[in-house]
Amino acid sequence: MREKVAIAGIGYTAFTSVSPGSSYRELTYEAAVKAYDEAGIEPKDVDSFICTSEDFLEGYSISDEYCNDQLGAVLKPAQTIPGDFIHSLAVGMMHVLTERFDIVVVQALSKASNMKTIPEMINFALDPVLNRPLDITAYMVAGLEMNRFLAEERATRKQCAAVVVKNKANALLNPVAAYGARVSIDHVLDSEPIAEPVCLLDVAPYADGAVVMVLCSEKLAPSLSDRPVWINGVGWSSDSPTLESREWTDAVAVRLAGDMAYKMAGIACPAKDVDLAEVNDEISFKELQHLEALRLFDPGQAGKATEDGRTSPGGTLPVNVSGGGLGVGHLFECSGAQKVLELVLQLRGEAGERQVSDASVGLAQAWRGIPSTSAAVAILSN
Amino acid sequence: MELDKKELGATHYKESALKEGKLLSLAKQPKLQYAWDNGPAIGRYLEELKEGRIIARKCNKCRRIMIPPRMFCELCWRPTDEWVYVKDTGKVNTFSICYVNWDASRIKKGDKPHLPAVIEIDGASEGMGILHVLGEVEPEKIKIGMKVKAAWKKPEEREGAITDILYFKPVRG
Ligand SMILES: [Zn+2]
Repeated sequence: MREKVAIAGIGYTAFTSVSPGSSYRELTYEAAVKAYDEAGIEPKDVDSFICTSEDFLEGYSISDEYCNDQLGAVLKPAQTIPGDFIHSLAVGMMHVLTERFDIVVVQALSKASNMKTIPEMINFALDPVLNRPLDITAYMVAGLEMNRFLAEERATRKQCAAVVVKNKANALLNPVAAYGARVSIDHVLDSEPIAEPVCLLDVAPYADGAVVMVLCSEKLAPSLSDRPVWINGVGWSSDSPTLESREWTDAVAVRLAGDMAYKMAGIACPAKDVDLAEVNDEISFKELQHLEALRLFDPGQAGKATEDGRTSPGGTLPVNVSGGGLGVGHLFECSGAQKVLELVLQLRGEAGERQVSDASVGLAQAWRGIPSTSAAVAILSN
Repeated sequence: MELDKKELGATHYKESALKEGKLLSLAKQPKLQYAWDNGPAIGRYLEELKEGRIIARKCNKCRRIMIPPRMFCELCWRPTDEWVYVKDTGKVNTFSICYVNWDASRIKKGDKPHLPAVIEIDGASEGMGILHVLGEVEPEKIKIGMKVKAAWKKPEEREGAITDILYFKPVRG
């Protein structure tokens, strides 16, 4: 069996709070044209297309049907994954590993600005019989989790705010990030409470954007790219959906997804072997919880590391150098794509002002957001 | 095979049990609202409909004149090249006579059936056209290949929507 799968081309739009000049078609088309151009391919060369979309978020039933035109996938083998881009990336990798598909295209899109009732849509993810009748915002789930995380002394409230300060500052150096800003710990702590202890600035604001990547076999990689980035491992996992008996302190599914990816990538000591990480930070404390679940820090240590600058650019493990969800924007199914994209740029040495020096192994982690426990992880190297 | 209710331990309820409150039922209306940014192609298409015109985009590679217009040719995988006005006449590619409404409720007795049809528009490439409805025609007179023309709303009533065309009606000749 083939061992390695390459990312041979990437294409992406800017991530913006609105995108009124383009329909979702033109957004994906822009990303696809760039990705195919980089890999020097045309749609006719592609053996399989994998899109990422969820009907509820797109406003179409069977949104799969609406993915093909803008990818050049009309009348070609195409399928849709209603998960995160990293789930799609894992499927694309598997396609290549079967040796039946040499070139596979993976896509994700966010048109969050077109979703006019996002809180209601998120609320629809709650159990209809046991949870929804209580008429409580689904953001309570973030509050419940964070409160427990703080009560277990896994981090302080200030350390969580330090994540926001870092990521929004990082985004200032990312030309495609929507929410770069210089904020202070006090700005975060003093922002409007949403579901205590979660405040407004703890939450990643929504953004639009599209990402397309071209995957190929190891054999083809040299002809498609002079700087391929390799997918060394992928993993995914989901906990039970129940809010009544779930683990509230630790992100168990993230741990399992990470372990699966580490095993595939042959990484024995994540904290030593991973050079940079793009993890889900949809709510400030999630970055810390996820870093610990991924064994990049011991339990209770990620917050302190953030305060000490160890996860800042130039630190021992730069985390969310791109700005993360807090700085780039929350992209729904496209969130993981933005993280993988950042790794590819970093591992190619093309990250400009925010380039991490000597980066050779990167980790990207996605979480499907409130109120889910679904996680996916990808490990990349140059 | 008849299933033995007793053996299954199942209890059968009539619909009236719901009304009588014998069954727990929950009803909640989800508030799901979407917008759809049109982008340059569909945006221009709708603006032109407001003016009583139909506009298409041409791909200079495959030479297709496409409606609804699109900014890229999905077959040639390249940007389309120019705007082209097409006619508001065409011929019926296919049609159906529908006795149920959009939500599958049956039309009222005596009401006319819905008459959806795909109209291949004159001036656009073969096989390209508009999904709309037919009007001013008896259902039994509709034929595939029949020539039709757009019946427009009054200019002051148009709003830049596909419904600025009321329906397509038969033309003689
Ligand atoms: Zn063409």
